[in-house]
Amino acid sequence: MFAAENGLKGDPRLEAISAAIRVVPNFPKKGIMFQDITTLLLDHKAFKHTIDIFVDRYKDMQISVVAGVEARGFLFGPSIALAIGAKFIPLRKPGKLPGKVISESYELEYGHDRLEMHVGAVEPRERVIIIDDLVATGGTLSAAMSLLESQGAEVVECACVIGLPEVKGQHKLKGKPLYVLVEPSGLDEFC
Amino acid sequence: MQTIISPLVSHRLCLAPAVPRYRLPNIYHRAPPSIRLSNHRSTTSPCLFSSAAASRDSEMATEDVQDPRIAKIASSIRVIPDFPKPGIMFQDITTLLLDTEAFKDTIALFVDRYKDKGISVVAGVEARGFIFGPPIALAIGAKFVPMRKPKKLPGKVISEEYSLEYGTDTIEMHVGAVEPGERAIIIDDLIATGGTLAAAIRLLERVGVKIVECACVIELPELKGKEKLGETPLFVLVSSAA
Repeated sequence: MFAAENGLKGDPRLEAISAAIRVVPNFPKKGIMFQDITTLLLDHKAFKHTIDIFVDRYKDMQISVVAGVEARGFLFGPSIALAIGAKFIPLRKPGKLPGKVISESYELEYGHDRLEMHVGAVEPRERVIIIDDLVATGGTLSAAMSLLESQGAEVVECACVIGLPEVKGQHKLKGKPLYVLVEPSGLDEFC
Repeated sequence: MQTIISPLVSHRLCLAPAVPRYRLPNIYHRAPPSIRLSNHRSTTSPCLFSSAAASRDSEMATEDVQDPRIAKIASSIRVIPDFPKPGIMFQDITTLLLDTEAFKDTIALFVDRYKDKGISVVAGVEARGFIFGPPIALAIGAKFVPMRKPKKLPGKVISEEYSLEYGTDTIEMHVGAVEPGERAIIIDDLIATGGTLAAAIRLLERVGVKIVECACVIELPELKGKEKLGETPLFVLVSSAA
């Protein structure tokens, strides 16, 4: 569900966030309008608004874990975790986490990829939110949910800054709520 | 292996906490002998500790007493032997991120150091620099600039190559992310040989940015990474013998 439909209609912060995201055409390949959040990180006010909105939403929901998907989930997750007093758990590409891990594969347009998490990082019945910069098909987030649920954790919500049109109108991903701040930005070319 | 602990440090700071702050299976227990507590690492160490001491409670009498938060941070880092290959003692900061107090303290120590220094850019090296950099940037009112492996950043980038033990690697930054004359710090979780940080420094200097300091949670001093940083000071919280 989009923030504007869920209590933040007309909130000027959403417009500032949307305006700060730039679109890079034909990256990583032709036909893809890449939503680049690095410009959001350069806009201190807009970046702060982004974190504040997520923190306001989750701070009273007894969330003890924020899980972030490598690598752009790492840009947002830790700040939220720190502000709500939760642990931060990185979910990583294969081979990056040392020690004992569990992994889950997920589909790409062509082929598969895997996501890994440390064994023991999350405990059964902990309440978790999962953060990434953007949700498209939901494949990565679904894999993330599987990892956390396999350890007995409860995924309360998945949260992303940007949600592609495929998810508009969807309130749930694999049965769990999905919370998104903005739709893809317009077609201004910055490069 | 010598342990570097200042004789002025109160004895209580040398003890590992009796009970871990988070309940994890035994695999998460750290190997304490591998971690030395660092009092100061940068060449401007007196300056560093003066500012740290000044911002602390008045109970801390002398400038050389180590900040008590450092011991907790050091003990929250776990060491994984033989990762990513045999002989390497890997410093795993993910356990620090599971310790909410230690993670909060880590960020606070960096924020206290940099908040009134006119820093407008925090640059963080992919991927673990992305975990520490943004909270610092947000707290001090600076931009966060990610420095990434090749082909991850869309649009126009500049790149800098650096040497590995065998071969080379490259890091990239967006054109236009920073402006000449800006003051920056560069963040990573750990400095080993210093190759990555040195490349990051060169990238920023090429576009006219002044790097005030490099900041890491952990240093592996035996690898002498500091020497690769040239004139740029280095600030770390913890030194490890591994």
